[in-house]
Amino acid sequence: MTNRITSLVGLAIVTAVVAIIPFVAPNSFYLDLAIRTGINAVVVLGLNLLIGFAGQISLGHAGFIGLGAFASAVLPTHFGWHPLAAMAAGSLAAGALAAVVARPIFRLRGHYLAMATLGLGIIVNIVLRNEAQWTGGPDGMPVPAMTLFGIDVVSDRQWYWIVGALLLVSIWASLNLIDSPFGRAMRALHGSEVAARVVGVDVTRYKVAVFVMSAMFAGLMGSVTAHYVGFVSPALADFGHSVELLTMVVVGGMASVFGSVVGAVLLTALPQLLATLEGWETVAYGAVLVLCMIFLPKGLVPTLAARFERRRR
Amino acid sequence: MRGVFKTLVGGIVLAAGIAQAALAVEPIKVGSVLSVTGAAAYLGDPELKTLQMYVKKLNAEGGLLGRPLELVHYDDGSDANKANAFAKRLVDDDKVDFIVGGTTTGSTMSMVPIVEKAGVPFMSLAGAVVVVEPVKKWVFKASTTDRIAAERVLYDMKQRGITKIALLSDTSGFGQSGRTQTLSVLAKYGVSLVADETFGTKDTDATPQLTKIRNAPGIQAIFVFGFGQGPALVTKNIRQLGIDLPVYHAHGVGSDEFIRIAGPAAEGVKALAPALMIADHLADGDPQKPVVSAYVKTYTDTWKEGVSMFGGQAHDNFFIVVDAIRRAGTTDKAKVREEIEKTSKWIGTGGEVNMSATDHMGFDLWGLRLLEVKNGVWVEAK
Repeated sequence: MTNRITSLVGLAIVTAVVAIIPFVAPNSFYLDLAIRTGINAVVVLGLNLLIGFAGQISLGHAGFIGLGAFASAVLPTHFGWHPLAAMAAGSLAAGALAAVVARPIFRLRGHYLAMATLGLGIIVNIVLRNEAQWTGGPDGMPVPAMTLFGIDVVSDRQWYWIVGALLLVSIWASLNLIDSPFGRAMRALHGSEVAARVVGVDVTRYKVAVFVMSAMFAGLMGSVTAHYVGFVSPALADFGHSVELLTMVVVGGMASVFGSVVGAVLLTALPQLLATLEGWETVAYGAVLVLCMIFLPKGLVPTLAARFERRRR
Repeated sequence: MRGVFKTLVGGIVLAAGIAQAALAVEPIKVGSVLSVTGAAAYLGDPELKTLQMYVKKLNAEGGLLGRPLELVHYDDGSDANKANAFAKRLVDDDKVDFIVGGTTTGSTMSMVPIVEKAGVPFMSLAGAVVVVEPVKKWVFKASTTDRIAAERVLYDMKQRGITKIALLSDTSGFGQSGRTQTLSVLAKYGVSLVADETFGTKDTDATPQLTKIRNAPGIQAIFVFGFGQGPALVTKNIRQLGIDLPVYHAHGVGSDEFIRIAGPAAEGVKALAPALMIADHLADGDPQKPVVSAYVKTYTDTWKEGVSMFGGQAHDNFFIVVDAIRRAGTTDKAKVREEIEKTSKWIGTGGEVNMSATDHMGFDLWGLRLLEVKNGVWVEAK
């Protein structure tokens, strides 16, 4: 029960922060940073469900983001689709691809998914680079504006509220999911796969479900990124981007919903904060990550929460 | 840990504070997003060094319009998505007066929507023609495009009666855009392709493609469109296979590095490069001689390393804006933009620039020189 209260308090804090930012941001650059953070946070939430609860690592999540992003760029540009339809198609395609790959792999034990997604992400990236007549090749292509109910969504403020709402809904859904029978099965699975199997949890089915869900999260946010930025390039589907997302999960805290958000905030804002240290930004970035891992090995949120808890007792 | 973090944050805030204090004299802000690290670092590094050097130099000479210049630079790590975020920061947070940058075409194109929306003069350093075609109001690019490179090579082929060629392009954005542009102008010069192959930028062997090319019927020359060390290795392969055809390279190889890697195989190979690459061999009456010599001297004196055409492009793009601001007598963005568009007969390291409302690039075919390797050095081809 206390867990539930902590969760609600956390959600309330995030809601308050989301609501306040537009009024305290000195200019739209900070709003832009907040939007990018929000987009990352939603993807990381999905990825964290997979890593934290199914105990599986995806090294190809950027590939799903790329699929969603290019669906939003290619389908409206070349085929005249409505952006919303393209967005749905991108998310579904990411989910379908994940399902096809996951089914055979989750029958095996061990970290085969990491290998498979590594390959998958790279394949998506290569396809996006090579099919230049559709995707613009390595240089990327512009994305038409999103239209909702006949209005073009172009301003930072509009996108801010959309991404903010998506983030809050995702957090709420993740919290609920973890408390549902599905979530309990996932947590059992995380604790001990054998024990979960013994009490009748269909391990493969749950793993596939959570992987597909996280891929769809990624695809959806890929679309949002594409429309918000107004330009897509295959760099979105880069292996480096996948690793960046993975780092957000680990730094924030595995199997922690708010850890995902904190990880996304930290790793999206940090490069901007360090950008003024000309020439030293990479060193400083690395140092912060190393220090985090040495002093907060379980991730920021879980470690700090445990420390707080200990002090209270 | 908390203490460490606090100190870190404190330090950054302090540093920012000091930077703020220096702003009191209202400098002209030069924004730039370059790929100083990552895959395109060898382009971005000399570009940044060039900008830093000239901002410092102009300030030492009393600044521009009596105001000092301040360079605000961010490194996009060769990631187009980061370039977009940094462009936003330059425009909204740093409020720069103009932007030089976008090392690669990808980075440039991701910055375009932001500068167009905000209305900031933007000088791109990228290669592909898509940057300035169709013309975008605020986007300029006084650096050579791939189409010009393709036309320049095809022109030379036509002069020598070559009509059947093989095209070998690398799989990077540079090579693929070059391939598209070459295909689009082939007919204009009466040249046809008898082979059309590609090679990966990290490939160490292109023998299979070259074997195909060797066996193509009626082939008279090979045109290699790529940058970095790939084309040098290809050149080696060509001679290893005993292919004795003329070899042309686009504008991505004109450096001493190329000759070092290709070795004796480089002999007789032709490549495009701006006058900058043959600074020592330029004739005394050459209109580009003064600007090229001055740039080479300043750069090598400051950084103790050789020049590259990319640094030269940064020089040209930066000074076109500086001159435009001087002519406009203000940093008002709309007026500066108009003046940039009026740039004419402006001699830079890349050639003569003539901008207009319909041409935001301003180079003709003769900005690039056709070079040839003779006795292990680049000289202008006769």
